[in-house]
Amino acid sequence: MTEITEVPSPFCGIGTDDLCIGVDGLSLKVTANGCAVNTPLFEQPIIDTRARVAGQEVDLDTAISQAAKLLQGAWLPVIGGCATDVNGMRGLLALADRCGAVVDNMNFVGARNNFLSMQANGWMNTTLAEVKNRCDLLLVVGTDVEAFAPRFFERYLWTEAMFLQDPSQRQVIYLGRAPSGDSSTSPNGTQATVLECPLTELPDVMAVLRALVKNQPVRVDSVGGIAVADLQAVAEQLRAAQYSVVTWAAGALAYSQAELTVQTLSEMVKDINMQNTRCSGLPLAGKEGEQTANQVCGWTTGYPARTRFSRGYPEYDPFLNDSRLLLADGEADVLVWVQAFNALSVPPVTDIPTIVVGRSGMKFGKEPDVYIPVGTPGIDHAGHAFRMDNVVAIRLKKLRDSGLPSTAEVLNAIEQRCRPD
Amino acid sequence: MLIKLTGGTVYDPASGVAGQQQDIFIQDGRIINAPTEAAPEKEYNLNGKVVMSGAIDMHTHIGGGKGNIARTLLPEDHRSDPVARTALCRSGCGHAMPSTFVTGYRYAEMGYTAGFEPALLPINARQAHMEMGDIPILDKGGYVMLGSDDYLLRMLTAKKDQQAINDYVAWTINSAKAIGVKVVNPGGINAFKFNQRKLDLDEQNCHYGVTPRDILRTLATAVKQLGVSHPLHVHGCNLGVPGNVQTTLDTIQGIGGLPMHLTHIQFHSYGTEGDFKFSSGAAQIAEAVNNNKNITIDVGQILFGQTVTASGDSMRQHANHKHANPNKWVTMDIECDAGCGVVPFRYRDQNFVNALQWAIGLETFLLVDDPWRIFLTTDHPNGAPFTSYPHLIRLLMDKSFRNDMLATIHPEAQKMTTLGSIEREYSLQEIAIMTRAGAAKLIGLKDRGGLGAGNWADITVYTDNPNREQMFEKPDYVFKDGELVVVDGKIVATKWGTTHTVKPDFDPSVEKGLKDYFDRYLTMKMDNFKISDDEITEDGRGSVTVHPTV
Repeated sequence: MTEITEVPSPFCGIGTDDLCIGVDGLSLKVTANGCAVNTPLFEQPIIDTRARVAGQEVDLDTAISQAAKLLQGAWLPVIGGCATDVNGMRGLLALADRCGAVVDNMNFVGARNNFLSMQANGWMNTTLAEVKNRCDLLLVVGTDVEAFAPRFFERYLWTEAMFLQDPSQRQVIYLGRAPSGDSSTSPNGTQATVLECPLTELPDVMAVLRALVKNQPVRVDSVGGIAVADLQAVAEQLRAAQYSVVTWAAGALAYSQAELTVQTLSEMVKDINMQNTRCSGLPLAGKEGEQTANQVCGWTTGYPARTRFSRGYPEYDPFLNDSRLLLADGEADVLVWVQAFNALSVPPVTDIPTIVVGRSGMKFGKEPDVYIPVGTPGIDHAGHAFRMDNVVAIRLKKLRDSGLPSTAEVLNAIEQRCRPD
Repeated sequence: MLIKLTGGTVYDPASGVAGQQQDIFIQDGRIINAPTEAAPEKEYNLNGKVVMSGAIDMHTHIGGGKGNIARTLLPEDHRSDPVARTALCRSGCGHAMPSTFVTGYRYAEMGYTAGFEPALLPINARQAHMEMGDIPILDKGGYVMLGSDDYLLRMLTAKKDQQAINDYVAWTINSAKAIGVKVVNPGGINAFKFNQRKLDLDEQNCHYGVTPRDILRTLATAVKQLGVSHPLHVHGCNLGVPGNVQTTLDTIQGIGGLPMHLTHIQFHSYGTEGDFKFSSGAAQIAEAVNNNKNITIDVGQILFGQTVTASGDSMRQHANHKHANPNKWVTMDIECDAGCGVVPFRYRDQNFVNALQWAIGLETFLLVDDPWRIFLTTDHPNGAPFTSYPHLIRLLMDKSFRNDMLATIHPEAQKMTTLGSIEREYSLQEIAIMTRAGAAKLIGLKDRGGLGAGNWADITVYTDNPNREQMFEKPDYVFKDGELVVVDGKIVATKWGTTHTVKPDFDPSVEKGLKDYFDRYLTMKMDNFKISDDEITEDGRGSVTVHPTV
């Protein structure tokens, strides 16, 4: 067994790059710095290496031809998943542009909460190294951080900081949702403050907190079961902090019109910055290529990864281009599912022809018309992925020699085959 | 294949050729001397045509996170300019912050063959290179941003010697695959993280006790001693602040004769005179530039209309957010490295300040004597999208057109500018210097920007037209590395350009301190931070060109 150190993870979104991985032939074992999110995804075994058409094993070229044939005959193909590396997304967008497809990242319903808010008002955000070195108060809104990223606190809060004398003095406040574990408890034993409320009350709670930050009169004593006096204390802590950070995961705000909550908290961050101190937002996201999909789609089309090419040019619509709606309404006539990171993430079951370019080992309720197992970026081939803060792109390493093609190789080959003669 | 361009009127300042009729021969992508025997396989009759080398935009925001933030922020701007795919070209969008493919096509369609991203954040350089990797046709490169990174400020506070700083700067240039070094609001982006809201040239960062003047001198010295051709690229203090002309003059004096490039100087040339306490400092700036041969500038001209400003200057962009139009804006603090701010702007000719900004930029162009030391930019997209260059060239070359425009702007701004009394009109040769030979020389591109034998065959052919806007927006032919890519202002073929870099030497022991710093304070391992050549070349499209140090 050989051990590879300083391995970056494409899976968790927080860009951990200190994993140690033992490689024994094709089998991987995380030997240090794993977590409940990363370890299982690194260790998913390779099961199938041969492509299938209608359930029969075929050579790669035959599968690519069949995929191209289905796409060339389609009126409105939909490319879902969009979980791959930068080169995979480049290939995916070239293919979508070629065949007039709709591109829809699988996490877009959550991400939409952020995009709608950002495109309406903007925001003031920060990145992980600033959190690590400056954050003296972390306000967590509606999100169980450690379930999202188990090593978040270990890596970014309870650790050495350039500008804090004693990092264990940092304050943590949970608003809306309580943490599922105790990793937010400071090494000095101080537990996080938790102000819990039903998630659907969070919009009201955030609205009151923002009003208090702005010194607006509030005429109720409690909101969502939280005493206004407790929120007043949070407002004062935010004003007193030197570099507070407000964090949330857009996907965790799983209720209707949650973009308004993101907007309220983002505007609150701006308000605090007008009161002679600093405060920043920190959207948690980026699992399985989410930021990668939106970034590459962003520079290629101008829009996030819910964009269609059916009229020959990119058109973004965060609602109408929802692939689940297009499937349910019978508008889509071919589904392409691209998921190079996680064999457990399979396409929605549909009656229309389905092409899967997926991580080896996928088990389908209904066998797709074409299945092409591909390598995982950061395991089977080198590549690039974006971290949650959209700033840092990590260089993914090749850890083993599986011979599986990359997403980019497969999608580029299909795109080539779709070209008019 | 041997190609002959016959009988064109050539403007090639790099070879001292100013409007002479000459033949040009191309073989294997490069310009060669007239061959004695071989007959050309392809000949273009360019009688009566104007021939220049491909234009080089030495300061344009075409790669990196703030550009993608700007794109994401403004879907409505893209919707007004959809770009459909063709048999040759990918689809995308245009206007203020175009998609990468459209960026490449539209630059090439205007006769540009290279563009340089001026704000390559070290931690975001990988993204910038990936974005630029999706810009077809153009060559590209970037200036790596230093000066608000905590590592440098810690070194300055600890009074590390210049050699140690040089090693760190050289290591960063190598790691980020850059061709120059930029500083943005020196130390100010960092100070904003400590809640300082302004930082004058001699004002101390409240944590480090370091001033912008210290940072500028240290970095300008490093760049010179390392032999990097491109002088330190400076976005100075106090961008956009009335009265900042004095800061800029002090910055010029303070650099003590070291080579320094002051970028988008229009935004740093404001006085406080007049009823509106806002006036032109262009004459003073031009005089200082004329008198200090160590100084080069680009203008950052504003042109009227909607655009978006995307800058590393989080401190000033936050202060400017009240001008956001539409009213939405983004700032970011970034990785103990830098920051950014994205603020949409709509420059209006009937707004006094905007109108005077327009005039200040033009005054600067027209009052600086030496076209080798001034460069044509709009600081794309900050002053205007790069697609407005042909209009800007007409303003410089056509006095009556310029004065017609001047007569339409805010009347109080007309009274506050000397523009109407300036007679100068730029010549074609001066345009060729600013946008070709001078830019290549400034960046240190050894075999670009000229039409002499040995240069890569980046060539643009125009039809002479007294309407210079029409002339420059639609070249007859554009060759990139000898391949014909544009005919009559439309793409006829696409290819991939190279990434220009410089690799100054450094003492490898610099990594000892850096590794410890990365392990203790940053969120990435040092070895994972460094960009390798294969990251640019492995997809089979990109290549890395290393230019020599001097």
